[in-house]
Amino acid sequence: MIPTKEEMISALEERMGKELQDRFLSATVAICGLGGLGSNIAISLARAGIGKLILIDFDRVDITNLNRQQYKVSQLGRYKTEALEENIKEIAPYIGIECHTVRVNEDNVAELVKEADIVCEAFDDAACKAMLTEAVLEKTPEKYLVAASGMAGMDSSNDIRTRRITKKFYLCGDGISDVEAGIGLVAPRVALCAAHQAHMVLRILAGKTEV
Amino acid sequence: MVTINGVKIDAAGQTVSQYLETTDYDIKKIAIERNGDILPKAQYSETTLMDDDSIEIVSFVGGG
Repeated sequence: MIPTKEEMISALEERMGKELQDRFLSATVAICGLGGLGSNIAISLARAGIGKLILIDFDRVDITNLNRQQYKVSQLGRYKTEALEENIKEIAPYIGIECHTVRVNEDNVAELVKEADIVCEAFDDAACKAMLTEAVLEKTPEKYLVAASGMAGMDSSNDIRTRRITKKFYLCGDGISDVEAGIGLVAPRVALCAAHQAHMVLRILAGKTEV
Repeated sequence: MVTINGVKIDAAGQTVSQYLETTDYDIKKIAIERNGDILPKAQYSETTLMDDDSIEIVSFVGGG
C-alpha cells in the first residue's frame, strides 16, 4: 500500500528536522539533461524530499544508456522525461514534476527554468555545457547553477570535487576526464559526480553555500 | 597584471578574444567569469582586460 503524503513527509521530517525539510519541500530544481548525471541527480533529490523537479531532455532511452543511467530495459525507446518521471513517482509519489521534451538552447532556457530556484547542468556534450552555463548565468542571474565537467574513465573517485566558481555558480567533477578522449563512462564515477551536484543543491537550500 | 585562473598574467590591454587566441582553449567549450560575473561570448571581442581583473575560464569536457 502506498503511504499517504503526510506519512512520507513526516518520515523525512523525523530524520532532517521540520525546518530543513520544509526548505527542501518548498524548492523547485530544474535538471537540464537526463543522462547519467541528470537521472541520478533527480532520483537523489526526489528521495530527499524536494518539492518539485523540472525535467528537461529531448532524447529517448537507448541501450547504451543502461550502463549508468537510471532507466530500465522495459523503458527502451521511451522519452527520458516520461520514463524518469515514472521511476521517480515509484519512489516519491507526491513530488511535483514538470517535463519538457525539448532541446535546450540559449533562447528557450530562461523560460524552461523560470520556476526553478536552482538549475543543474547535466548534459554530456562539452559545448552544450558551456552554452547552458553562459545562458543561465546571463539570463537568470538570480538562480544558482550547479554544473559538471569531468567524470569519465577510471581515475580515482577522490579527484571528483565541488568548486565554487562564483557566488551562484558551482562546478563538480575532476575537470579533465573527457569522454571525447574515448575513455568511456562507468556508473559509479558518473553517479559520484551526480551526487556532488545533488548534495550541493541540498546544501544551498540549507544555507550552506560555501564548499 | 590580470589574474586568470589564479595565475597572474601580463595580459592587461588585450581584449578577451586576443588573449584567447594565445591559448589552446576551444571557445565553444568555455565559459568565462570576469570579476564574479559571466562574460557572454558576444562580448569577448569588445572587452579589454584591465589590471587587477580576476578572470576564471571554465573549460568543459564531455561526459554525463
